[in-house]
Amino acid sequence: MMNNPNITIFDYLPESLISKYLELFNDENKEELKSFDNKDNQLKLLRREDVLKPVIFIGTGTCGLGAGAARTLNSIKAHLESININACITEVGCVGLCYSEPIVDIQLPGFSRISIGNVTADNAGKILDKIFNQEVPEDNVLYQYKIDGLKSWNNVPYAEEHEFLSRQTRWVLSNCGIIDPLNIKEYIAKGGYSAIVKTLKDYTQEDVCNIVEKSGLRGRGGGGFPAGKKWKFALNQKEEQKFFICNADEGDPGAFMDRAVIEGDPHRLIEGLIVSAFAIGASNAYVYIRAEYPLAIRNLEKAIKDAKKWGFLGKNILGSDYSLDIIIKKGAGAFVCGEETALIHSIEGKRGMPRPRPPFPAIKGLFGKPTIINNVETLANIPAIVLKGAEWFSSIGTENSKGTKVFALSGKVKRTGLVEVEMGTSIRDIVFTIGGGILKDQAYKAVQIGGPSGGCVPENHLDIKVDYESLKTIGAMMGSGGLVVMDEHNCMVDVARFFMDFIQRESCGKCIPCREGTKRMLEILNSITRGRQSENNTDALERFTGIVQLEQLASVIQESSLCGLGQTAPNPVLSTMRWFKEEYDSHIYERTCPAGVCQELITYQINPEACKGCTLCAKKCPNDAIVGKLKEAHYILEDKCIKCGVCAEVCKFNAVIRKYSENII
Amino acid sequence: MNAPIKNASIAEILKNYDNPSRDKLIPVLQDVQNAQGYLSQEAMIEISNCLKLPVSKVFGVASFYNQFKFQPRGKYEIQVCRGTACHVQGSSRVLDAIKKHLKIEAGETTRDGLFTLEVVACIGACGLAPVISINGEFYASLTPEKVVKILDQYINKKESKDDE
Repeated sequence: MMNNPNITIFDYLPESLISKYLELFNDENKEELKSFDNKDNQLKLLRREDVLKPVIFIGTGTCGLGAGAARTLNSIKAHLESININACITEVGCVGLCYSEPIVDIQLPGFSRISIGNVTADNAGKILDKIFNQEVPEDNVLYQYKIDGLKSWNNVPYAEEHEFLSRQTRWVLSNCGIIDPLNIKEYIAKGGYSAIVKTLKDYTQEDVCNIVEKSGLRGRGGGGFPAGKKWKFALNQKEEQKFFICNADEGDPGAFMDRAVIEGDPHRLIEGLIVSAFAIGASNAYVYIRAEYPLAIRNLEKAIKDAKKWGFLGKNILGSDYSLDIIIKKGAGAFVCGEETALIHSIEGKRGMPRPRPPFPAIKGLFGKPTIINNVETLANIPAIVLKGAEWFSSIGTENSKGTKVFALSGKVKRTGLVEVEMGTSIRDIVFTIGGGILKDQAYKAVQIGGPSGGCVPENHLDIKVDYESLKTIGAMMGSGGLVVMDEHNCMVDVARFFMDFIQRESCGKCIPCREGTKRMLEILNSITRGRQSENNTDALERFTGIVQLEQLASVIQESSLCGLGQTAPNPVLSTMRWFKEEYDSHIYERTCPAGVCQELITYQINPEACKGCTLCAKKCPNDAIVGKLKEAHYILEDKCIKCGVCAEVCKFNAVIRKYSENII
Repeated sequence: MNAPIKNASIAEILKNYDNPSRDKLIPVLQDVQNAQGYLSQEAMIEISNCLKLPVSKVFGVASFYNQFKFQPRGKYEIQVCRGTACHVQGSSRVLDAIKKHLKIEAGETTRDGLFTLEVVACIGACGLAPVISINGEFYASLTPEKVVKILDQYINKKESKDDE
């Protein structure tokens, strides 16, 4: 599909349907396409192998909008009007270079498509003028796309040579940020929907399950269960009604791959879902998507409507006897709904609480019928696997983990964004080669992988390969794909506390180990990070018993919780304790936070030599903890100080010193 | 299912659902909240009558999910992302700055009804952390200083309208 872009549905469609689809294809109002009644020329234009007038692509996914793409877009429109140039503006999804947003691509007739980063409302006009003069805007240029027969820009790297993209293998993300997500024809021109045509023409349900099983594709949501194997359980159920659910409830804080795929290439998900639903014989499919992703929901709704219009969805798809409907269910905000049985309860209109398994959803799921649940990335892989075969997919990756994995790289790293790499790539490559290293060249501390159920990768394990099994050996897990980089200014105890706080709030409350245990773990972590002045003797005793019990408590929660959320809840704490024990020790024994994050463990002092006695800090101190006379050095009363840090913020002479540990002053 | 009109009455919303079954409960709650801003006691009673469910079940489901609110919302809804990426980039200081500036805690509404402050798990714009959204508009790469400026813009907007 991606290697040979010239294969489209027209190469697979049976004779009887070709004329119908040609008609659909020509039913186009855009004047630029009207002059082309020839299908191949239309496809060429839709693939942007050339353009008739300048086309401006602007990334208006959530990331782009966050960086100000809406203002850029307005400024571009105004500028085009003022210089009287007739150009076509296309809104695309996220290409994944979050650090350079807003990104604008421009393609002039006869020229290759060039990508420009950091295009703000202020510099957009200047950049456009340069491009229209056929000059390269040196400061902002990112890369250009190689297109045969088009003139390339001088001294501009190709996308596959670009520092962020060169080490990536983009399968799932191949269209993201490149095609117009709302135009089904562009997806078709790139080979989209061929997988459905081919499946319905050539394969039985069992064939599809076999291909997917042989490909070695494993669930990308975190669990890593082989997808084809799971499907066969449902396929073998003799029930009239079966359901397929796409889990797009990307609840892991720090992960946004699924959002980017749905915003930037919704048809790929829909195609994958249709093929998968066919494989188990499902009559209805659901997409359970977070309500926090309004843009993704909008794009998905439009894409489903178009897919219906084109006959890829609905009754008797492509003239076969297979019918399918896709229903969008908006999640109402509960992390636990990422768990299969909780998600099913939520769709049924109940509280999203997990139930014991077995029976597994593949046997008894939604409304008591066999149900398969896969996440967005898993399904987005399906069309290419069906088209190109199991061997193609399993040709890359490690022994037990095949294909690619998309990561959301964020945190203290120079280049943040979406990264799709082959399984088996090392974390070092992702963070340092693709991500460009740590922000402001600080020292690397850890990568948090797998969200609230995952763990940390410390520096001495940076060379570990990304693979379902190998990550487990160091107490981390693949998870859904959030990669949050931390530097020396992040406190690992604070990170553990952050996750515990999240988990105990999101615990559904059904089983006691998770409900009470996570709460207790948070209490213990809170007591470690609490300052001396806010604790009495009982608190101090509590703190010590807590520290002694912490590990035992963690193992009880792991072993006795009902669902995956509870069983993995202690992981962030265990993992940070395993790799950053010294940091816990300094919190516990020395009562200091070496990274200077845990506020109550910081001591504030005034340097008498730098203090001019302006009294500003004393006036602003909310607890009257600063004493001193006008024009004389001030002094902080440690007992009264509540560590709010206001004095350090207001001091104009940098006289207030934050003391993190014994050695820094 | 049509998109519910803002300020539509519950009866109008329920008309969109033909003989709703249990699995329509969450969509109905979402539509009602969309139209009215929050779920009032009366609204939940009306929904329970229509779906033929005990009110306790309706409230039980509504109170389980973070999305549903039971108090009227401010004119501007601030969502502060507290995802991992935002956390390591200092979102707690951004949150503190907002709390201090508006003098409210998370989950509360300012007394003039202008702002409601919410903390959300993850907005999904981790590459641009720390992020907040005000009525759906995103503000990225924030610092405590920047966020105060943004809030002031909204406050001034209100004042200049009062002058008119």
